[in-house]
Formats: sequence, structure tokens, C-alpha cells
Amino acid sequence: MATTSIARTVQFKIYRYDPDKDAAPYLQDITVDLDPSDRKLLDALTKLKGKDDSLSFRRSCREGVCGSDAMNINGKNGLACLTDIDSLAQPITLRPLPGLPVIRDLIVDMTQFFKQYHSIKPYVVNNTPVPERERLQTPEQREELNGLYECILCACCSTSCPSFWWNPDKFVGPAGLLAAYRFIADTRDEETNERLDNLEDPYRLFRCHTIMNCVDVCPKHLNPTKAIGKIKELMLSRAV
Amino acid sequence: MKVAKRTFDAVIVGAGGAGMRAAVTLAESGLKTAVISKVFPTRSHTVAAQGGVSASLGNSEPDHWTWHMYDTVKGSDWLGDQDAIEFMCKQAPQVVVELEHYGMPFDRTDEGKIYQRPFGGHMSNFGEKPVRRACAAADRTGHAMLHALYQRNVRANTQFFVEWLALDLLRAPDGRVLGVIALEMETGEITVFQAKATLFATGGAGRIYYSSTNAFINTGDGVGMAARAGIPLEDMEFWQFHPTGVAGAGVLITEGVRGEGGILRNASGERFMERYAPNAKDLASRDVVSRAMVTEINEGRGCGPAQDHVMLDITHLDADVINKRLPGIREISIQFAGVDPIKAPIPVVPTCHYQMGGIPTNYHGEVVDYGNVIPGFYAAGECACASVHGANRLGTNSLLDLLVFGKSSGESMVDFIRKEPAALPEIPQGEIDKALARVNRVNTQTGGADVAQTRLAMQRTMQNHAGVFRFKDMLQQGVDKILDIEKQVQQTEIKDKSQVWNTARIEALELENLIEVAKATMLSANARTESRGAHVRDDAPDTPEHPNGRDDQNWLKHSLWYRDGNRLEYKPVNLNPLTVQSVALKTRAY
Repeated sequence: MATTSIARTVQFKIYRYDPDKDAAPYLQDITVDLDPSDRKLLDALTKLKGKDDSLSFRRSCREGVCGSDAMNINGKNGLACLTDIDSLAQPITLRPLPGLPVIRDLIVDMTQFFKQYHSIKPYVVNNTPVPERERLQTPEQREELNGLYECILCACCSTSCPSFWWNPDKFVGPAGLLAAYRFIADTRDEETNERLDNLEDPYRLFRCHTIMNCVDVCPKHLNPTKAIGKIKELMLSRAV
Repeated sequence: MKVAKRTFDAVIVGAGGAGMRAAVTLAESGLKTAVISKVFPTRSHTVAAQGGVSASLGNSEPDHWTWHMYDTVKGSDWLGDQDAIEFMCKQAPQVVVELEHYGMPFDRTDEGKIYQRPFGGHMSNFGEKPVRRACAAADRTGHAMLHALYQRNVRANTQFFVEWLALDLLRAPDGRVLGVIALEMETGEITVFQAKATLFATGGAGRIYYSSTNAFINTGDGVGMAARAGIPLEDMEFWQFHPTGVAGAGVLITEGVRGEGGILRNASGERFMERYAPNAKDLASRDVVSRAMVTEINEGRGCGPAQDHVMLDITHLDADVINKRLPGIREISIQFAGVDPIKAPIPVVPTCHYQMGGIPTNYHGEVVDYGNVIPGFYAAGECACASVHGANRLGTNSLLDLLVFGKSSGESMVDFIRKEPAALPEIPQGEIDKALARVNRVNTQTGGADVAQTRLAMQRTMQNHAGVFRFKDMLQQGVDKILDIEKQVQQTEIKDKSQVWNTARIEALELENLIEVAKATMLSANARTESRGAHVRDDAPDTPEHPNGRDDQNWLKHSLWYRDGNRLEYKPVNLNPLTVQSVALKTRAY
């Protein structure tokens, strides 16, 4: 719980890289004066940008639902808008999400992350004729999607996963696999077998070594490792 | 500056609910479609919607689209166009069922149907009693909907241009729209997107206000581009506010807090609502409470260093009651106000929530300038004004608006594109040069105003002069202030002159869009000398002659603000539905 805050000066070390002028990235020491109303790391970043408008980062909803402002905060991935400034040891070290190419400052190229998400066919496939009304699903069947559909695609999980760092082109990663199970678990989807075929590969699914960094960092408290386990179970039961 | 050119059948600007619904229709029709978005599609602000999307499915009890229509007209304080409202309410069940077929994870009834919950203003049998009409996925309906629409577009192979900022609309000398010019954030390069049909689905501009529930990205880009292209903006004086958003952060605190016994207090700790509403006190209606709060702040009794908010106090309640009845509010308060409401009051301020006005369209999604359809130009969602929300939007009709008018504009575009000749007309160089000059101005300006400070001055002015309750003299002063701030906006200076992912430049360009919305709002509000829906003025009070201050004789009409010369014109409200009887005018009371 955040305590009542006061005006204060906070020290940062921020990863800076502008391809237009920097030969190599560096860590910038910078301090910022905060008002009592500045609670979240995103508030501090907004103040820092007021001081130096060249500091670059993504942000939008500022309440943890859009997934824009994921970054590496004192060594751990998280959302700037949901992280209390006063909970962090100073100097607060901010780096871009690990394992993805850096475009500028805290902005990474997420192409590979979304490529893996797209690779699992992230949409319900149902080839029966479209009914006039909704397809029926019991409340219990619907409950199977809880803990899966809430993903905000912030990439905190996949970019904290050593297997994804080593093989971002081959291993789907926790976010993509969570999404894969979201469609397998949906009773309206008819392609479970094809979805399992699509993951039956030494890398795509089986590079998960249950290190569970993904669970540790997920700002929505989701559990990709559990979803991956369920996919592996289905593969096994299909094999026997 | 080198400008590349790409050509498409259709270009959609904005990848929220409306843009992506239109994209599904266009892409599945086999047309070459580009969707330009300044954020990755699932980061669009539709993602933040919570409660539901309305449709008279009748899954739990009898419902009918005519009842939904009645509620919507009444909610709009009769400013909504009844042809568009009929169209929307009639279409609602179909578009919601389609969304379910796309994979939307709606909650379910015991029978396996889409779960529906009651909501404010949703009634059965023409205002008789509450009805379950809001189709919901927990309290994450917008998130579930936006992701389902993105997923459907992945299936349809829609071509997205992610993290591109549209700069300006491109028009032919005869007025038809030829496409847009846009800036790629990653490279800083500028490209012309020429298309037979162009759709704006760019969302609202809630960031014109200091305190807003809206995301940083809600900067009215499409509305600003339309204004610069000579297209009027309709009913921009109407903004939906909520009395209790967290001061500074803008995150919403539900009315249920006051239901549990919460009290609003000013800087001296006084329970000020006793003076404004001796009976209902803190549980008076939203406009009364918001009006009282703004009056306290304007008269110097606000709290904090800037005296810009009041306090919502529940410290006198038992901690068990708070933990049992208001756990989510406690969480929000701790997260975003840094205050545990068991121990200290929550700083709150009336919070801007939704833009009822926008780019004028008909219910086909075609943009109309005083009744004349502008060929090749379409708008849908919060940036558009069909007008279904009129002077006040009904809860859950925003998500419905996205689906219905996203779809109808997509279908209109398919028809239009198929009738167009294959050869595309020449884009006048002057149109391209105007946009390049704006970017060049931002790139080269020295000795100008700071972007963040200028934006803050605009937001404070809008909050104080055109807030939830309006005062005649404050509106007049507000017009002068906003026109002054506009001069600074046209001279902002950024220190960062780089090309790659220059967010300073993006923010300067966004501010140029915000200021158009701010001007339209302030001038339209100053001119409308009645009270109606969300627009409540001190000089248009509740009288026997004009109940609620509404003046149908003089003001039952839509405002149209033109950027050129800040001209205001008016057009009649359409009281004639398509197939049913008109919902007749009467005094609005719940």
C-alpha cells in the first residue's frame, strides 16, 4: 500500500539510445522533482519528459488495461502505470524490455512478439453454418476462459523468459501460448487438433522449461505456465 | 521533404472498436484496405470500457428495440436524431450476436445465452421499470470486444499500419476526399495514403480537459483534421462528466461510495452538499452534485495547493463495511490517489468522460456538411456525431455505436468503392504541402511555447470555463482564453528535432488537434443559451416556462462549428424515425 506522499526528488538511471545521434546506448543519470500527486512510475516519466522532451516511451490508458508502458524496472518487467514510485529502490533503473531489439530509449521493436501471437491463429475457428443467434456456451464452459482472455499483450512475460530470449523466432513464448490455450479452451472453436499440431515441435511449445518468470511478472496476475501445462497434457492424452 | 505514396480502395484511420468493425466488413469484401493507427490496435481506448454493450436481446426478460430507442431519445434530451437512433437500436441485437460469432467471450446465462445486466436509464415498456439490456464480459467488456475485433481482422488479413499518426485529410477542389497523409513514428517518414473511400474512427478528445477518464491518446486527431479540412463539428458543447473521478489521475470512483454514506467536503471540511441539496445531500443527481463541486472550486473553497478538487470522505464508515462493500474503490484509491479511504478522504473532481458531438454523419456513416454528403468521406464512433447521443449519452450505447456505425460505414464504403472508376484522381500538391508545412513548422520552430505547459493551460481553461456546469461569464472569458492559447499552440517549440520515434513531435501535433476541439467546445457552449442534457448553464435555470432550463422553441437544433472564422450555424434535429412513430417531446425526469 502506498503511503501518503510528499514533494520529493527521485533519482533515475535510464537507458538512452537515439539512433540518430548515439553510437551506442548508455545509462543516463537524471533526477526529477515530484509533486505529492505523483504516485506511479508513469507520472514520474511524464514529468521527466517535461524536463527533457527527447525521452521516448510508449503510454496510453495509464490504468493497466492497454499494455503500452511495459518496461524493465529495477531488473523486473512491469507496467509503469501500475508501479508505485515509492516502492522502488533508488536510483530507479529503467531499461527497455529485454530480448527485443531497441528502437529508441525505452521503445522496443515488438514485431517478433506479435509474430508469435499471430502464429497461433488467435481467433475462433468454427466452420458450422453461422446461426441466427449466439452460439450457446454454459457458464462453466465460459469460466474456462477466465485467466486467459484478460491478456493485454504487454509482453512483460515473453520478454522475461530465457527461452524466448534464446529462440524468439522459434519458441512461441508465454503470451502466445496463453492465447493458444485460450482458443483451445473455447468450446466454440473446432480446431483443437490443428492447434495442437501447430505446436507439436521441439521449439514452439516444448522450449518452456517452467522457469515461471512469466507468472512472476504478469501485471494482470495471469498464469501462462499453467496454460502451457494444459496444452502439454492435451498433447500427451492425444498421443496415447 | 520526400513523400511516398500508397494507394488503396479504403483507408481507415483508427483501430478502436469502430475502425476495426469497419475493417472486418471491408477486408472480408476483398477490397484493399489499410488501417492506420497511432497505437497497436488492442491499445486503443475501446479497451477501457467496462460495463457492457446494449442490445434488446431479451435473454433474461422481455425487451424490445423500440423501448431501447425510447430510452436513447430521452437520454439524449431529444437532441438525438431519431432516424439514426432507430437504426442503431434495431441493429443492436444483430451486431452483438455477430461479435459473439467473432469469438467475444461474453458472460453466459444458465441457458448458455449472452449474459445481460441492468444499467442506468435502461427501461422496459417506454420508461416503466429497469430491464437487463447490457451485454457484458465481466467488467472488461471493452477489452474483450477490442481483442475479438482485432482477432477477426487477423483472420481477415487486414493490413495494419501500426504506430502511424495521420496528419491531415486530403481533399479535391470539388470537396471530395482523396485520402490522408500520415507520419510513421519509427522512421519519421511521411506517406500519402490515397483511397477511394476514407473512414475516420479516431475516437474522442477527452484530453482537452484537465481531469479525464480518457487515455493519453484521446487527442481528437480525426476531429481536428476534419476541422482543418473545412468540415463543421456538430454539438461539441456536449461532454459527459462524472462527479467523482480521482483528482489528477481521473480514474472513476463509483456513485456507490456515496450510497454507502460517503460525504463530499470542501477545504474547510464542510459538508457543502447540505447547502445545495438539503434533502438528498450527497446523493443528489449527478449534474446537481457536479455543479455544486464546481461552484465550491470556483469560489476558492477547493482543496490542495491549486484548490482544484474536493474530498470524498468515508473515514467515518466502519472498515468492515468498506472492505465488504467497496473493495474495488479501496484498491483504486490506494493505487491512484495513494490514499487508503479507511484512513483519509479521497481527492475527487468532476471528470470528463465522453464526447457526444463530433464529425457530422448520417446513419450510413457518410459525413455530411449541412445535409450534403461529402463523397469518399466517412466517420464512425466517438469522433462522429450521427447523432444518436444528442445532449447526453446512455451508458453502454458507446460500444453499440462503434459496432453499428462501424459496420454501416464499412458497408457504405464497399458500395461506394465498387461504383468508383479504377483510376484515382490527382491529389492537389497544395493539400500535401499544407500538412508538410505543419510538420516543418514543428520541426523548425524556435523561441516558442512549451508543449506540455501549453496543453496544461488549455486543459485548466476547459476544466474551469466549460466544465460540468457552465456560467455565462466564465464561458465568455473562456472563449478569449482559448483563442489566446491557440496562438501559443501554433508556435510550440520542441527541443527534440530527431527523426526516429520522436514523441515530442507527436505530442505537438496532437495538441494542434486538441485545440480545434477545445475551440469548438467553448464557442458552441458559449452560444447555446439554454440548458440541455450535459450542457447546464446558470443563466438558463429550471423555470415553469422552461423545465430544466431547456428551450425547445429556440434550441431544439444541432450546433455546427466551422473553424474558418469560428462561424456557428445550426441545423434541425430529425424527430422522424424511419418506420415508427416519433418519440414526442416532453420534460426529462427519471
